[in-house]
Amino acid sequence: MKKKFWLISLMACIFLVSGCGKSTNNQSVLKDVQQANTITWGVKGDVKLFGLIDVHDGQQKGFDVDMAKHITKHILGPKGRAEFVTTTSQSRIPLLKNRNVDAVIATMTITPERKKVISFSKSYFDAGQSLLVPKNSKIKSTKDLSGKTVIGVVGANSVQNIKKVAPKAKIIELQDYAQAMNALKSKQGDALTTDNGILFGLAVQNPGYEVRGGTFTVEPYGVAVDKGQTAFAEAVDKAVLEMQHNGEYNRLIKKWFGDVPGFKYKELYRQ
Amino acid sequence: MQNWINALSWLNLRFLLMGLWVTIYISVISVILSFIIGSILGIIRYSKIKWISKIVGFIIDIIRNVPLLLIIFFTYFGLPNFGLRPETIPAAIIAMTVFESSMIAEIVRSGIQSVSEGQMEGARSTGMSFVQALWHVVLPQAYKNMIPTIISQFVSLIKDTSLATIIVVPEMMQHAQVIYGQNANYILPMFAALAVLYFIVCFTLSVIGNAIGRHLS
Amino acid sequence: MINIFTKFSSQLLIGLGWTVFSSIIALFFSLIIGTIFAIMEVLPSKVMRTIGRAYVEIMRNIPLLVITMFFYLVIPNYVVKISGFTAGTIGLTLYTSAFIAETIRSGIQSVSGGQMEGARSTGMTYWQAMRYIILPQAFKIVIPPLGNQFVNLVKNSSVLAFVAGFDLMYQANTIASTTFDTINSYLVVGILYLIITLPLSYYMQHLEKKLA
Repeated sequence: MKKKFWLISLMACIFLVSGCGKSTNNQSVLKDVQQANTITWGVKGDVKLFGLIDVHDGQQKGFDVDMAKHITKHILGPKGRAEFVTTTSQSRIPLLKNRNVDAVIATMTITPERKKVISFSKSYFDAGQSLLVPKNSKIKSTKDLSGKTVIGVVGANSVQNIKKVAPKAKIIELQDYAQAMNALKSKQGDALTTDNGILFGLAVQNPGYEVRGGTFTVEPYGVAVDKGQTAFAEAVDKAVLEMQHNGEYNRLIKKWFGDVPGFKYKELYRQ
Repeated sequence: MQNWINALSWLNLRFLLMGLWVTIYISVISVILSFIIGSILGIIRYSKIKWISKIVGFIIDIIRNVPLLLIIFFTYFGLPNFGLRPETIPAAIIAMTVFESSMIAEIVRSGIQSVSEGQMEGARSTGMSFVQALWHVVLPQAYKNMIPTIISQFVSLIKDTSLATIIVVPEMMQHAQVIYGQNANYILPMFAALAVLYFIVCFTLSVIGNAIGRHLS
Repeated sequence: MINIFTKFSSQLLIGLGWTVFSSIIALFFSLIIGTIFAIMEVLPSKVMRTIGRAYVEIMRNIPLLVITMFFYLVIPNYVVKISGFTAGTIGLTLYTSAFIAETIRSGIQSVSGGQMEGARSTGMTYWQAMRYIILPQAFKIVIPPLGNQFVNLVKNSSVLAFVAGFDLMYQANTIASTTFDTINSYLVVGILYLIITLPLSYYMQHLEKKLA
């Protein structure tokens, strides 16, 4: 009798947490943000060049953040406000699906798997996955990774990619890029893998480390919106296109990537 | 040495202290809320209304027996399913309060029970109702005995707040990560600073708790 | 939720294994270290008492996450390379040992002082009296609180997720980020944690009642 009671209560609890309120609201996010005159963006806080928290004021700064500010102005007009929530690779999709944020612009690759649960704008930046290693490392490319330990970040698709490219490598996933870089420095792994843009940012901060082996995947970054919010995604596409036409886009590329050694930023220019 | 000087520059220290402020803010609000909620739950547990006491007890047991990290995840990623979308700091406060309330509820329940049954009966025999006896006779004694335990829960709460870094709450651990994320040479000074700051806050509280405990006994 | 159980059963089992393994190792060593520091805290020598006290206070007043990350990210730069699992388990051990030391110390002190004197008067040395008279009684008193420490240990082992320790929480993170089914992934590991911790805490409650 007593056991049955616990069992029933346990089941009740589980249903309460899992079953309830899965009602996806189909309201148009575009209309919501226009009404509020504010777009809440999920951005990174741990990625130099794209979204990094500045200790001066606690604000996120980087290419993604500036893109978000410009896109906001294009969609909402000059008085539109952009607000920012710091996300990690792990938290950005749940936060988007839960509508904590209206859109995510956080070094996020458009992938078929992700497209099953969320929608993307067209690509606004073309990255490619690469490796970061100490300068004295013997690793030249992904071919040398067999039996080596590779560090990635939880929730990043680079982890899935490296499993395919170097199936014999051991992979450990850490919480964010600050932990990952420090783990590489503490020799917890032999290489750190993610998109080249992020890696170049880490290399700038950490002399003694360099990006190697070129890119072995194509990682088109998209602005992510909740599944089915196509009107919003199209508005973003239109904004990005306008930015490319009037040169705003190239100015932002130059602002953030112009001084990065070894990074051919002009290849990223878009007309 | 240069690394230490750069790492502990006023700019970085200020950022770290801003994080400490958030840590303390979350902890203080959570401890106050969980003191209230935990007391109510503890009294319900003690009350003789059997089935409510059992259900509450079961929920408390569940919460006490899962990692706090899970509760943080459920709060931040799960609550929106119920129409609540807390930002990071409120999410941390809710998670800490849920967890700490169930801890305090157990402390309150056993605190009440340790005040001898005779006292309750004695008070009732003078014509007091159950609630009156609880309020005027049993609870004051029980709380007096519990103060040190509750303060040590407060210390745990401050330490546990560091886990909230996983949802990017701008507390001290998170801010330290931001600083050593920018320059890997800062990592040792940052951990030293973290250890010292947490220690100062928590140890001071522990000492106060012990002093109160000695004073009362 | 059921699909996550079936689809990732091997990954979950591995996680469960590492969680239990880490908790047992940490329990074993923190019992030893905790007992040593507990004894130091009641020794006649003031120096020893101070060292014991200092260790306990330092470990009790710094977050477990800070201790663990320190071993994962800092120690390898200066001393020796240790894996995430090891770093996490060391962190858990040191942190828990302080609480165990506190528990055992109060256990020892609750065994009346007269017993020590009585034992000494029969010709036992201090250490013999400690070993054969005081400690056995102290351990009996502290079994239920020690059991609670073990429950805490299992829960706290989730800190391994921060250092890629392959434990349950780490697996939950990777499962959640591959299936995008956050709530159910964490619900599944929540149940797995409860399978370990709930029976343990109910048994401890039972034991507490029986011994009281």
